[in-house]
Amino acid sequence: MSFKIVVLAKQVPDTRNVGKDAMKADGTVNRGALPAIFNPEDLQALEQALMVKDQVEDAEIIILTMGPPRAVEIIREALYRGATSGYLITDRKFAGSDTLATSYTLALAVKKIQPHLVIAGRQAIDGDTAQVGPQIAQKLGIPQVTYTEQILDVNLDELKIRRRLERGVEVVKCKTPLLITVHSSAAECRPRNAKLLMKYKHARSVSELQEESKDYTEMMTNKPYLRLEEWSVADLGADEEALGLSGSPTKVKKIENVVLAKKESVNLTTEDKDIDYLMKELIDSHVIG
Amino acid sequence: MENFYKDNPGLKFHLQHPLMEKIIRLKENNFADKDKYDYAFQDFEDALDSYDKVLEIVGEICAETIGPNAEAVDQEGPKLINNEVVYAPGTKENHETLTKAGLIGMSLPREYGGLNFAMVPYVMAAELVSRADAGFANIWGLQDCAETLHEFASDELKKEFLPRFNKGATAAMDLTEPDAGSDLQAVQLKATFDEQKQQWYLNGVKRFITNGDADISLVLARTEPGTSDGRGLSLFVYDRKDKALTVRRIENKLGIKGSPTCELVFKNAPAKLVGQRKMGLIKYVMSLMNSARLGVGAQSVGIAEAAYREALKYAHEREQFGKPIIGYPAVYEMLSVMRAKIDATRSLLYETARYVDVYKAYSFIQEERKLEPEERKDAKHHTRVSDALTPLLKLFASEYCNEIASDALQVHGGTGYMKDFPVERLFRDARITNIYEGTSQLQVVAAIRAVGNGTYLNLIREYEQNHVKPEFEYLQHNLKELTDLYEKMANQVLEGKNNELLDFHARRLVEMAGYIIMGYLLLQDTHKDEEYRKSTEIFIRKAHTECASRAEFIKSFDEDKLGTYKISWE
Repeated sequence: MSFKIVVLAKQVPDTRNVGKDAMKADGTVNRGALPAIFNPEDLQALEQALMVKDQVEDAEIIILTMGPPRAVEIIREALYRGATSGYLITDRKFAGSDTLATSYTLALAVKKIQPHLVIAGRQAIDGDTAQVGPQIAQKLGIPQVTYTEQILDVNLDELKIRRRLERGVEVVKCKTPLLITVHSSAAECRPRNAKLLMKYKHARSVSELQEESKDYTEMMTNKPYLRLEEWSVADLGADEEALGLSGSPTKVKKIENVVLAKKESVNLTTEDKDIDYLMKELIDSHVIG
Repeated sequence: MENFYKDNPGLKFHLQHPLMEKIIRLKENNFADKDKYDYAFQDFEDALDSYDKVLEIVGEICAETIGPNAEAVDQEGPKLINNEVVYAPGTKENHETLTKAGLIGMSLPREYGGLNFAMVPYVMAAELVSRADAGFANIWGLQDCAETLHEFASDELKKEFLPRFNKGATAAMDLTEPDAGSDLQAVQLKATFDEQKQQWYLNGVKRFITNGDADISLVLARTEPGTSDGRGLSLFVYDRKDKALTVRRIENKLGIKGSPTCELVFKNAPAKLVGQRKMGLIKYVMSLMNSARLGVGAQSVGIAEAAYREALKYAHEREQFGKPIIGYPAVYEMLSVMRAKIDATRSLLYETARYVDVYKAYSFIQEERKLEPEERKDAKHHTRVSDALTPLLKLFASEYCNEIASDALQVHGGTGYMKDFPVERLFRDARITNIYEGTSQLQVVAAIRAVGNGTYLNLIREYEQNHVKPEFEYLQHNLKELTDLYEKMANQVLEGKNNELLDFHARRLVEMAGYIIMGYLLLQDTHKDEEYRKSTEIFIRKAHTECASRAEFIKSFDEDKLGTYKISWE
């Protein structure tokens, strides 16, 4: 029996090099101005999966990504690095999902695959909530190990994992199936492999095939692994009320641009006068009080 | 993400050269692998697209991993621990990353786990890696040894060794010895055949061996006792697993410090004969050296590109007398001449790679079927021009690399002399390029043949036929004048029938040919892309003055004056 791993990955706007036009006037992210990238911690999650695949004979890595049709690029990027296959979860009805609706949808998709292990990045750089992974584990009723830095040992029944916590590391063991979220201190993902890139560069999603000017019929027949499947609301058998905007209780009240006034850091000692200064600063800026 | 391939449009420009279609068709043997390997190319467009995408991977690894590691690697260097060469941590990471990306054994056929890439994209990868870290480029570039095994070893050896490259095996070519540097005919390391065990054994010392403790080593050794020249030498492959080699020491070098240069002692080291006895130096090593020279050409262009970029950045940022120094003629002239030299040598680099590609592809086709007369003629032509362009490239690229690195340091002023900026490392790394794989002086010895037999002149006359836009005709006219001058000077020296005088003027003549050839190559580039216009004008202006001064020297010199230069030493 093969060891099945699902990696959850998200295409996000690259918020690391933000230029002037990164935000629209209404305070929302201007996705057009930022390149779409593989969420960095999800890429690290993929590396953890690939390291398991290096060790365990007959392991299979399935990428799940939810987003608009162009998010299929994430699946190709994962295939170039050694993933086995992937599904794009895409449907207009998913639009506007918050973390609750997203985790509902992804949990349904994971259930269809029945993996031993689900790996996700801790959080995505566009929302920074770190909620989706834990919510999926909760919905599936499986244990979760957050802040994973490295999978130390793996077999079909159990994993040994090192977690990176605020004040040190913790090593835990956990029975499969389980979900882990990967911390940014984990290993960086390996590069794209030249042979895999040449093998999978023609991989196309069903929507892309409909739009291609070139005829891919023969290629898809000869090389079925190049067809990337899409899952819609109907494919997942989802309850439409729990999806998209209607399934998302989170309402954004207000977004503001925060411009940091002070550029330099201040070094404080443990002397009373410094602590007084710090408290005043925190109260003035409404962090406390 | 930074990417050394994407930020340098010059590479893609050369990748799209019209000759690539012919090269790819020959290399892919009309796409015979199409249905055999899931990553094989379907057609020309697919191949070119794959080259481009794979070079993007190389460019990303260079910018994100190899480049950032270069400073630490330079400082830490490799260490000798328990008779084993241990790479600096950055070197190890670089090698592992490239292995995971499948970028070792790029030019090997797919049946041996390679990518079956043509020389052009492979040389581009070498240029990129060199720009990131020239020392590391040697370790990576020694995959050239795979190419030599592929060309000359038996099927049995190929099956044993070649598939290991793509999995990350490192390689070395063990040629030089304490008393055999430039003069490889003097190699002494002894190979003896044990009849009982039916096994060759190596005994002796090798010196200045790059990556000497590699997994797979090609070793030049004397198989014919009593001989003292190149005809007594054969080539062997030694496997590190046999542990019959002592690394005496790692040299402490001026530059390329990340690359271990070793002194090795072979003690009854079992080895396998590559190809035929006695062909070691005269055929196999000559071929290996030609690849290595092309590699040093790529390395030189890579270092020069890195140095130019450092200088350009600094000249923008550094303000003196109230404005950035790039605004002063003395500085901007240096920078634009650097740019022109890089554009010229890069153009020569890929022109050479294209010729090598065509002749190599024919030589492999020849193993499977007889070539048609037309093909034979074409193959011969490409072999001849490759042999002429390779030493010319090595000569110019490495000398320019030194000039550019030195000028880049100069642009930095006093700061450049400190260890605070990468330019000092580039300056040190550049210094080896015109020494190893044959010094500049030896490149001239190889290149002067192409002056004597007219190969350069014929090639130049071929370039003359190319169409140029009316606005560039004056440049073409200029080059024609220089060609006449070159022809006249070459004839004058050759007709003198004085070998010593020919040797004395050899560099001047070879360089004149080089200026004209690179001038034409740039002119062709400008014809396709106006981006090269400035470099072309600058370079041809330079070609003009450089050729004129050399011609002036030759004209005003007669053989009696040789004595003025001879120095006696007591």
